[in-house]
Amino acid sequence: MPDFITNYLDKNVQVTPGQYGSPFWALVYILAVFAGVSLAVVCMNWLERKILAHMQVRLGPMRVGPHGLLQPIADAIKLILKEDIIPEGADKFVFWLAPMIILLAVFSVYTVIPFGPTHAITDMNIGILFMLGVSSLGVLGIVMAGWASNSHYPLIGALRSSAQMVSYEVAMGLAVISAILMTSLNAEGTGTLSMIGIVKAQYDQHVWFVFKFFPLGLIAFFIFAVAMVAETNRAPFDLPEAESELTAGFHTEYSGLRWSLFMLGEYAAMIAVSSIAITLWLGGWMRPFPNLLSGPTWDMGFSFFPALTFLGLAGLTFYSTLRMPKHSFFRVQTIGLGAFGAVLALIGLILLVPQVSARIQDIYWFIFKIAIFMYLYIWYRGTFPRYRFDQLMKVGWKILLPMGIGVLMLTGVVALRSELWDFVHEAVRRLGHV
Amino acid sequence: MEPVATTFFFYLLSGLAILSGVLVITRKNPVHSALALILTLLCLAGLYLMLYAPFVAGVQIILYVGGIMVLFLFVIMLVNLERSQKEKQFNRQWVAGILAAVALGGLLVAIYTKGSALFVRPELLFPEAENTQQVGQMLYGNYMLPFEIASLLLLVAIIGAVVMAKKRI
Repeated sequence: MPDFITNYLDKNVQVTPGQYGSPFWALVYILAVFAGVSLAVVCMNWLERKILAHMQVRLGPMRVGPHGLLQPIADAIKLILKEDIIPEGADKFVFWLAPMIILLAVFSVYTVIPFGPTHAITDMNIGILFMLGVSSLGVLGIVMAGWASNSHYPLIGALRSSAQMVSYEVAMGLAVISAILMTSLNAEGTGTLSMIGIVKAQYDQHVWFVFKFFPLGLIAFFIFAVAMVAETNRAPFDLPEAESELTAGFHTEYSGLRWSLFMLGEYAAMIAVSSIAITLWLGGWMRPFPNLLSGPTWDMGFSFFPALTFLGLAGLTFYSTLRMPKHSFFRVQTIGLGAFGAVLALIGLILLVPQVSARIQDIYWFIFKIAIFMYLYIWYRGTFPRYRFDQLMKVGWKILLPMGIGVLMLTGVVALRSELWDFVHEAVRRLGHV
Repeated sequence: MEPVATTFFFYLLSGLAILSGVLVITRKNPVHSALALILTLLCLAGLYLMLYAPFVAGVQIILYVGGIMVLFLFVIMLVNLERSQKEKQFNRQWVAGILAAVALGGLLVAIYTKGSALFVRPELLFPEAENTQQVGQMLYGNYMLPFEIASLLLLVAIIGAVVMAKKRI
C-alpha cells in the first residue's frame, strides 16, 4: 500500500488524522462521519415518529415495511421526487443559499467532535470556540430563509428565531466557560479549549465535570441542556416553526428536497450540540467509572457492551419476526425483518472479537450518550407544551443568564478557595499586627 | 503540520474580502449588502488563521458573524426595503472622493515600495497552540487596565442604550 495510507496506521501514531497531517485519512474520517450522521438522522426520523406515537397511545408508521421500518426511505423518495417550488417574488439566490448555509454550518462542527482519543477528524487549539462560533452561523441560514421567502409566516418565524438564538447563546456561552474553567485545575494551572483536551482533563481529575463541585457542574450542565434545546429550535422552544401559529415558520415556503435539507440540518444540529454537552460534562468517549472501576476485569466486562447492544437489538428483531402476522401477504416483510435481525446479530458477533471491540469502545460510549440525549429530545417534545414568546425571553434573560453568571463566579471562587483562604488569612494577620 | 499553499490562500481570502467589500457598497438591497459583509468578515477570520491567531479568528466568527451581523439582519428585515431601493446610492461629492482615493492609493504605493524597511519582518513569537493562553495572559496581565477601561466603556454603552430605549424607567 502507498505510504500516505500506511503512515497513519502505525501503532505509535496517537493523534487524529488532522493533527498528524494525513489528508487521506482525514477524508476517510470526514466521509465516515458524514455518512454516519446522515444515517443517524434517518434512524432518528423513524424513532421520533414511533416513540412520539407510542407516547400518545398511537401506532405511528406501520404500513411501509414491518413496523414502518422503511418509512424514512419512502419519505426520502417522496421528497426527492416532489416538485421544487420557489415562490413568486422570492429572492431566488438567497432562497437557494439559505439551506446550504445551515448544512454547511452544522456539518463543519463535526470536524472537531471527538468520538474517541484519536477518532476525530482533527483537534484544534480553539475547538470549543470553533464549535460555538460555527454553529451560531446556522441562525444566518434561518434568517435568510425566512426573509427570502417573501411571505409573512416565514418572516415572523425568522425574526423569532434570530431573537431566540442570540439570547440563548449568551447563557450557553457562560455555562461553557464554567466548564472550561474546570479544565484549568491541574498542576500547571492552564486550561484548554480543545475538545480532546477537555475530555482528557476530566480523566485526569477523576470526575465528570457534571459532578465536579457539586452542584455547580450540574447547574451549568442544566443551563446548557436548556439552552441547547432552544438553540436547535426544538420543542418546547420551537417557536420559530410553531405550526399552530406560523404553519411551519421559516421553512413554510420550502418544499421537496430543499425542505429535507432543513430537516437534515436540524437533526444534525441536535446531534452536534448533544456531543458538545457530552464532551464538556459527561466525559466524552469515556466509559462509566474509568478510574474507579479500572483494571483488566472491568475493562473486559465493559468491552462486552457494544456486542451486547447489537445482540439485544437482534434478539428484539427476531422476536418481532416471530410475532409477524402469519398471512402469506406478509411473507416478504417477515423474511426481510429476519434478515435485518441476522445482520444485527452478525455485527454483534464481530464486535465480540477483542481487537475490534477495543478499537470501537470509545466510539460506542460516545454514541450511546448521544442516543440518550436524542431520546430526551423526543421525550421533551412529547411532554412539554410550547412556551409563549415572552416566557421564552424571560427564561433566557432573567433565569438562565443570571444563573450562568452566578455559576461561573462560584466556580471561580471554589476553584481558588485555598488561595482565597490564604489571602484572607494573611490579611487578618497583618491587621492583627497593626 | 506545515501550512500548505499559504500564498494561494492569502490571495484567495483577501481577493474575496475585497470583492465582497465592494459588493457591500454597490448592492441596492440592504440584505444583500449585509450578506456580502458577512462574507468579508469570514474572509478576515480566515486571514487571522493564516497569521497563526486561531483565537482571534474564532472570536471574530462568534462576535461579528454570529452576533453582530445577525442583529444587523434582524434590524434590516424590520425596515421598509422599498424606500431604500428608490433612493440614490451614490452622492456626487467628487472632490472629496478623489482626494480620499489619491491619499489611500499613495499610502498603498508607499507601503508597497518602502514596506520592508518600515515594518519588521514578523516572526512567530510563540507556537500556534499557545495562542489562546498568550492572549489571556496579555489581557489579564500586561494590558489589564486598558482592558478594564474598555469593558467599563461597554457597560456605559449598555446602560445608555437601555435608558434611551425605555420611555419610562
